Amino acid sequence: MLNRKHLLGIEDLSRDEILEILDTADSLQEVSTRPIKKVPTLRGKTIINLFFEASTRTRTSFEIAAKRLSADVVNVSQSTSSVSKGETLIDTAKTLDAMAADCVVIRHFASGAPHTLAKLTKASIINAGDGAHEHPTQALLDAFTIRQRKGRLNDLRVAIIGDIAHSRVARSNLHLLTKFGAHVWLCSTPTLMPASVEKIICENRQFIHLTNSMEEAVHGADVIMMLRIQFERMNESFFPTEREYFRYFGLDRERVEQAKPDVIIMHPGPMNRGVEIATDVADGPYSVILDQVSAGVGVRMAILYLLLGA
Amino acid sequence: MSYNFGAMSLKLSYQLMTAEELRTTLNHMADDILKANDGRPVVLLGVQRRGVPMARRLAIRITEKAQREPQIGSLDINLYRDDLTRVAFQPVVRKTDVPPNIDDRDVILVDDVLYTGRTIRAALDALCDFGRMRTIQLAVLIDRGHRELPIEANFVGKKIATKDNEVVEVKLTEIDGEDGIYVMEKI
Repeated sequence: MLNRKHLLGIEDLSRDEILEILDTADSLQEVSTRPIKKVPTLRGKTIINLFFEASTRTRTSFEIAAKRLSADVVNVSQSTSSVSKGETLIDTAKTLDAMAADCVVIRHFASGAPHTLAKLTKASIINAGDGAHEHPTQALLDAFTIRQRKGRLNDLRVAIIGDIAHSRVARSNLHLLTKFGAHVWLCSTPTLMPASVEKIICENRQFIHLTNSMEEAVHGADVIMMLRIQFERMNESFFPTEREYFRYFGLDRERVEQAKPDVIIMHPGPMNRGVEIATDVADGPYSVILDQVSAGVGVRMAILYLLLGA
Repeated sequence: MSYNFGAMSLKLSYQLMTAEELRTTLNHMADDILKANDGRPVVLLGVQRRGVPMARRLAIRITEKAQREPQIGSLDINLYRDDLTRVAFQPVVRKTDVPPNIDDRDVILVDDVLYTGRTIRAALDALCDFGRMRTIQLAVLIDRGHRELPIEANFVGKKIATKDNEVVEVKLTEIDGEDGIYVMEKI
């Protein structure tokens, strides 16, 4: 059982806790297929979506998940809040706490922001992405999708390709997949690969492989996970042109053919079509990108239920 | 026989039904369901967890007798509990699988033990989210009394008097590896 108040990252979750979240999500997915897509489980709970960075799918997904469990949801974004008047994160959090929120879902550009809140508030804190640190619900929905398609999380070859340096998705996935003994190939240009990424993950280091060759990364892969080039985080030049990046690190049909015949192609979205992934691959038969989005609602319902349900 | 059940210990008080008696009782219940519904097709919905294999067994008997296979499904009521904030251990949410288009159908809820009636209250709430059934009927293996809500079963395998400190344990091969019903005492 999930005996914790906050979900801050994958790093400190046990395998049993991860499996409990995935199993619960498996049961809760059914609610979204009903004629009336709502259960009364979290009636009377107040959930605040506190987003300091632009987001469509994560925020919407959390909102839908909360509403399907009958919680009340309030959305706060940076542009429309007192934060733009200069209020500190801590004061904002204390204010929301004083309104008796049960849960705050936070996305913040600073790594560790959710951890700071968790120490100060009575509400449960869920990390919806903090800087380049972690994005635990994305890794959980990715694991849900992989398990659904492959039936397992161990004994897999997973290629994570692209902007590793700026990617909290990559970090959370790396923690999760290596906990289960999947082999992960991280692949990027040297400029987008953090200098000591293998030191970030102290445990399970034998499952992490680094390469600058896309051919090596995708060869025999069961899962190919493409990352978005995060132009908004780039204040210098990491590669000459988008066209050149696509030539070396973009996923096209020829590269997909080097993977296993039953490979699945994943992308956390939003996609830069023609930069990290070709359109015919993104919309092709191996793509599970929209399954990831559906899984997101079930996984977030599971997390809300497990943190707030009892 | 005595063992730990969560934080409380249970000691065997007496065996209520043998494997053979359990199977015979289920067959009688299936026959009663068939008779009461006058040949109309029914949907058997098992309440997680032991109601699910029970519904499957009732369906097998009904298929043999009526030469027609009833639809079956499962229902998890944990999302509808009225005591979520009070239970010590958060319940595991299992699969709900209700057949589509059960509007205007005759639905039989199947559960192992009827006690306070709160599980069935939750199941009725859950079912209302799936449409408007023609009837909802209740089939339970054991009715042990102590109702806290105005709920009664249409089909009862056996009605017994119990004490508050007793627990009725229904064991089914599909889940527990054996068939039998035991009355246990909390110690």
